[in-house]
Parts: sequence; structure tokens; C-alpha cells
Amino acid sequence: MKYQLELQNICKSYGSLKANEDITLGIKPASIHALLGENGAGKSTLVKIIYGSLQSNSGTMKWCDQDYKPNSPFEAREKGLAMVFQHFSLFESLTVAENIILGLDGVGLDSDYIEQITKYSKQYGLNVNAQQVVGDLSVGARQRVEIIRCLMQEPKLLIMDEPTSVLTPQEVSDLFITLRKLAENGCTILYISHKLEEVRQICHQATILRGGKLIQNCNPQEHSKRELAEMMIGKKLINLARSNIKIGEDVFSINNLSKKSEEMFGVDLHDICLTVKEGSIVGIAGVAGNGQDELMHLLIGEKKSPEGVLIFKGKDIGKLNSHQRRQLSMFFTPEERLGHGAVADMKLDENMLLSRPQKSEMTNYGVINWQQVEMLTQRVITDFDVQTQSSKMLAQSLSGGNLQKFMVGRELIQNPDLLIVAQPTWGVDAGSENHIHQSLITLAEQGSAILIISQDLDEVLTLCEQVHVITAGKLSPAVDMQDNGLEKLSQLMVGGKSND
Amino acid sequence: MDELAIQIILGISVASVPLIFAAIGELVVERSGVLNLGVEGMMIMGAIIGLVVQYHTGSGLLSVIAAMAAGMLMASIFAFLTQLFLTNHVATGLALTLFGLGVAAFIGKNYSDITVTRISALHIPWFSDLPVIGSLVFGYDPLFYLAILMVFLVWWFLFKTKRGLILRAIGDNHDAAHAIGHQVIRYRVLAILFGGGMAGIGGAYLSLVQVPMWVEGMSAGRGWIAIALVVFASWQPFKVIVGALIFGGISILQLHAQAFGVYIPAQYLSMLPYLMTIIVLVSLRIGSKSNTNRTMPNCLGKVFHSTS
Repeated sequence: MKYQLELQNICKSYGSLKANEDITLGIKPASIHALLGENGAGKSTLVKIIYGSLQSNSGTMKWCDQDYKPNSPFEAREKGLAMVFQHFSLFESLTVAENIILGLDGVGLDSDYIEQITKYSKQYGLNVNAQQVVGDLSVGARQRVEIIRCLMQEPKLLIMDEPTSVLTPQEVSDLFITLRKLAENGCTILYISHKLEEVRQICHQATILRGGKLIQNCNPQEHSKRELAEMMIGKKLINLARSNIKIGEDVFSINNLSKKSEEMFGVDLHDICLTVKEGSIVGIAGVAGNGQDELMHLLIGEKKSPEGVLIFKGKDIGKLNSHQRRQLSMFFTPEERLGHGAVADMKLDENMLLSRPQKSEMTNYGVINWQQVEMLTQRVITDFDVQTQSSKMLAQSLSGGNLQKFMVGRELIQNPDLLIVAQPTWGVDAGSENHIHQSLITLAEQGSAILIISQDLDEVLTLCEQVHVITAGKLSPAVDMQDNGLEKLSQLMVGGKSND
Repeated sequence: MDELAIQIILGISVASVPLIFAAIGELVVERSGVLNLGVEGMMIMGAIIGLVVQYHTGSGLLSVIAAMAAGMLMASIFAFLTQLFLTNHVATGLALTLFGLGVAAFIGKNYSDITVTRISALHIPWFSDLPVIGSLVFGYDPLFYLAILMVFLVWWFLFKTKRGLILRAIGDNHDAAHAIGHQVIRYRVLAILFGGGMAGIGGAYLSLVQVPMWVEGMSAGRGWIAIALVVFASWQPFKVIVGALIFGGISILQLHAQAFGVYIPAQYLSMLPYLMTIIVLVSLRIGSKSNTNRTMPNCLGKVFHSTS
């Protein structure tokens, strides 16, 4: 058997949109094979066809040299395929054990599954507690549940759809150890990602897709990160550089902010101090779940702060709601896209309008000027390369990365005096990441103050002059990146441990 | 124990049976993520069809089965519309209630002046003759025991079987359930039919046991109370019995208060069950916000598109 799975001339289209065009590829047994591509390149569609949730319009597949045409995920699973979804297919109100059983065919509630779960979790270093309710788990732990669920079917091919997009760096390296062990034990892995560094680290083969077409098959270890990225987006990347840094007056400061969390598993914030000046980009690095969410809620105005703690351009804004803060030219992109950042079942142009202050160019005496809204929405869509059919699409119909581009773009074009952005490039592909970073730099050069909260250390290092590290609700003093900051920063990061 | 106390306890039990039937059916429906507000309509259809069959055949068993079938037929309309044509659950359920009330009144026109044979209490030799216990434990009609049995069966199904787990999972996240490959629509349709059957039997209990005759609108809001009961029970089967006893108790209290010479206008007393419903629902929300959220099926009332 040369290939575990072979695809020949697979085509799939939705109306006029060709999601997959004539794709032919082979995946070798016991290898880790990457499927690389930007958001909307057709990776997810291809994978769904392989897993049986979608059927191709034309083309054939072979599994272990035999014809393979699954009509449902059940059929795919019977053959020995398993998949970890990007948006987890977990049931929040059920326990870990119940979730796992649901994905297993022919296993009843009476079998000794809890023992098996423990067995797999030990064997592959996937730490979970079978009796816990999934709703209480961290994102990383949820993914481990998904993986165990797949492993219990003893799959021959494990499909992983952007598995690291939500993990902390430590969790990523743990995951890689697991994946390598699996490949050694003869399990083939199809690894879908747009994170090039990861693909170069663990994949033996890579297939690059762009606009639904197969661009190239290559060994990712033989190409640089930049080469892969350029193949993926089909054009050259811009070199990021902060040229003329002009730091001005203080724009925003947090003075000794302490707050007990109201949530059950929340993090209390202790004595947080920070200043952002005109034209500067300040970063808050740290592993998720160390108080970033709680801090963000206070900064956005979803929760009120004590008096005298949040000062924006000399004004105490602690008691203002987020709308009033926007009025003062303070803008935000929260981490959670649907629900916090955008209204899921409203159109893009409506979402555009909703984040505007009361008085803006989009309204005349409170009446909406739809022409203006449409124009600005189109500008965001074209400037930030948002893949969507029109500005009338619902926010929830966009892929995560695309919606992220839209949300960041929406805030950026308002030229805010202060922009607070959490995980600006979460789930976004290399080309768009590059573009978002470039736009943030340009914004700073125009004199805006920017505060970035990000788990992605590379991102913080590329963009920020000053970086704080948050651990267990405490914020380190600012580290200046110019004079040997990286060393100090790594020490701070090592000092703090994930509470996961 | 004196005769009156026994009478009251018996009365409460009998009053709560239709609520248990309707609520346990609706509980399964809601656990699968469907909100069917047509319970009232399905109940009244069960009441009239049960009565009609009882009148013509005189067979209690046959009429209960017919009532169940009537409820299921009503439910199948709801299932057809909401699951295949993806209509809004709330609007469709309301329409079903109005439709059921209308059709039942229409059929009932010819049966308004008759009484039928009541389905009588079981007589278990020796056991039923025991003092006090005999009438309190062994002195009910067969449907009473069926109601209790159904609650137990539903609990067993939901929490002890794989299919029950799948049903709960579908109610929690239908997209994920679909992605894994479970048949969301099939489970939901079956759940809706079960809910309809139970509501039908609950309705038959009104016209065959409680008052063996037809009175227009005799379901008198019990379908709505059943829906509230599901929330009250926080989607836990056994709590349905507790809730049904409380509501049953209030409606019996309403009867006996007058007998005791408490002079409150009858209208106020008839308001009691509904007032109680509102108070219970509000206090549940205030009392334990997170708790109720935890057990409520996440996909309750959401329309499922299987395309993605």
C-alpha cells in the first residue's frame, strides 16, 4: 500500500463558488501530512468530503487501495477515520465520559469506558478528568477530550482541523508529543493549519491549497516559513518594521486596578498599573486564563471599574459604558468574536454600524445613512481582504479568521485615539496576519495608542515597544523591548505558570 | 387518619396525573431541543377523542389508546412543520394549541350532554382492602400507576441508555451531534411524537377519570402548567412528580377551601394555579440563576438546518 488515502480530481462547488477544484493527492501511511492554506482556501471543504459530512460533485477517493465514498461520518468512522473539529463538537452540559461515548459507535453506557479513557489519557499524556462537566473545562482541556474521543476508535487516519489555534504554547508542545507518538504507532495524521512554524516542526509532507486549487506538494522542512507563506497567499509578504516611532503624551493609564472576579472560576486582578502613550504599542503577554478576560471586560466597559483607576486623556472613564467610551475615541476588539465582537445573526453592515458611536458619519439625526454604511463596510471588506459574498452576509456565516479580519478592520478605520485589541490575529492566516500587523503599525505611526493583549509571543515581539506579562491576575512592570527585552521577558514568562 | 385527609390526598393525586403525563412528555421533547407549546391543544384532543371512543365502545383501554393516537397525530403536524419545513417552534406550537382547542370544540358539539363510564380504580384483592394504605397506595385507577411508571421509564431512558444520552446531546448542541453523525431530526421527531402521545393520555385522564363527560375547554390551561412544570422540574424527570403534586394540591385546595367555609371569591381561587406558576418560575430564576441554566437544553427552541 503506497497511500493510506488517495484523492483523485475532487471537485466541489457551492453555486458559482468553486470550493475545491480538481484536487489530487496521496497521503502516506503513518505520516503527518499538512494541508496548508489561507482561510477560505478550501481546506475545510476537502476535509469534510474525506470525512463524509459532505459529498464531492466529482472525483474519486481510495482508502487502502480500495474505492472509498463515504455518505456519512458513520461510514468514514467504520473505515478507521477520525476527526478533531476546529469548532469543537462537544456537549457542554454533559460530562467528559458522556461526550466521549457519544462519538463511539457500539459503546453503551455500561461498558468500562472510564477505565479506557484513563488508559488513553495516560498513554498519550492527555490529562482529563472523565467525570467533569465539559462546560467547566478550559479550551485546551476540551481539545484533549476531543482527541481522546478520536483515539478510542483506534483510527488509522486522524484528521485535525486547526488544532492549535486555541492552545497555549505549552499545550501545543504537549500536543505535538502526542501526535508524534501516534504517528510512530502507525496512525496517519492529516494536519490542517495555517501556522507555518508548526507545520515545519511536525509534518513530513505538506499540500498547499489556494482558492480551492492545489498549488504544490512539498516537504515543509525544506522550505522556509516565508516561502511557505508566500506559496500559500500567492504574493510576497510585506516586511514589517516600525520605522519612525514617535512617542507622545500619555493617552491611557490604569492605576492600581484591583478587582475580585464575580465568576466562579474567574481570576482576581491585583494592583494592575500600565500606561499607553501616543504613538506607542504596548503588549500584554501571558498564557490565557491569567486574568486577560477579566481585564478586558473592565477595559471595554462591560463591567464598571472603581473610581480614579482608568484614566483616558485625563478623564476618569471607569464608570462609562462601552458606548460612551467609544464616543471618546476609545475602540476595542474583544477576543470572543461572536457575542462580544459581533452579533452573530446580523449582517456585516449592521455589525459595522453597531460599533459606531452615537454621533457618526453613518447617521443623520439618528436616521441611518445606508449608503455611507455600505461604503465603509465595503472599504473594510476590500482593505482587509474579508472573504465574503457581500456586506449583507450574516456575521456567523463567515469563517473565524475572516470575521476577525472584519472586526479588526472595522475598528482600525475609525482612527481611534486608543485601540485595545485582544488576540488580534487569532485564527487568521499568514497573509492576513501580516496585513493586520502592518495596519496596526501604520495606526501607531499616525499617533494612535494601541494596547494588545495576546497569547502569541511572536506577535507581541514583532509589534510592541513595551511588553507586560500577566500571571494569575498580576501584571509585571513594563519591559522595554529595545534593550535586551526578550531575555527579561522569557524570565517573566517562565516565572509565571499556567493555572490550567 | 380521618376520612377527609384521605379524600384530600386522593384528590391531589388524581389532580396531578394529567400534569405528570403532559409534563413528562414535554420534558423529553425539550430535552431533545424542541419547544412544543402545543401541549394544551394535544391534551384537549386526547380528552375529546378518548371520550368519543369510550362512548361508542365502552372500552377504557381502547379509548386511552385512541387518545394517545390523537395526541400523536397532533404532534406529527408539529413535527412535520418544525422539523421538515423548519418553521419557528413557538409560533407553530401556539398554532397547534389554538387548532386543537377549535377542533375539539367542534367534535365535542355532539357529545355535550352525555356522560361516559369512568375508568374505575383498580381493585387488587387483599391489598386494596387494607385500611388507609389500601386506598392511598393501592386504590387508584391504572393510569395513575402508568404515569408514575412513565416518569421512571423516562428517567431510565434519558440517563441510563445510550439513546437517551444521544437525545440529551442533541438538545445540548445539535450541530455537534450532527457532525458526529447522529440523526438529529429522527430523534426529535420521535421525541415530539412521544410528547404528543403522553399529552393525549393526560387529556384522556381529564375526560375519562376526573370528570367523565365533555366540557368545552376542559383542559383549562393544564397544558400550559405542564410546560411550566418542565421548567420547574429543571428538566429532571422525578421533580416533575413533585411539581405536579404541588400544582395538583393547589387546585384541590381551591375546592376544599370553600367546603371549610373560607370565604374567598371562587375566581381568586381559580387564579391560584396560574399565579403559582408565575411565582414559581420567577423565584426559580432568582433563586439559582446558574443552576437553571446548566440543566436547560442549550438548543431549546432553535431551528436545526442540516446543511452545514
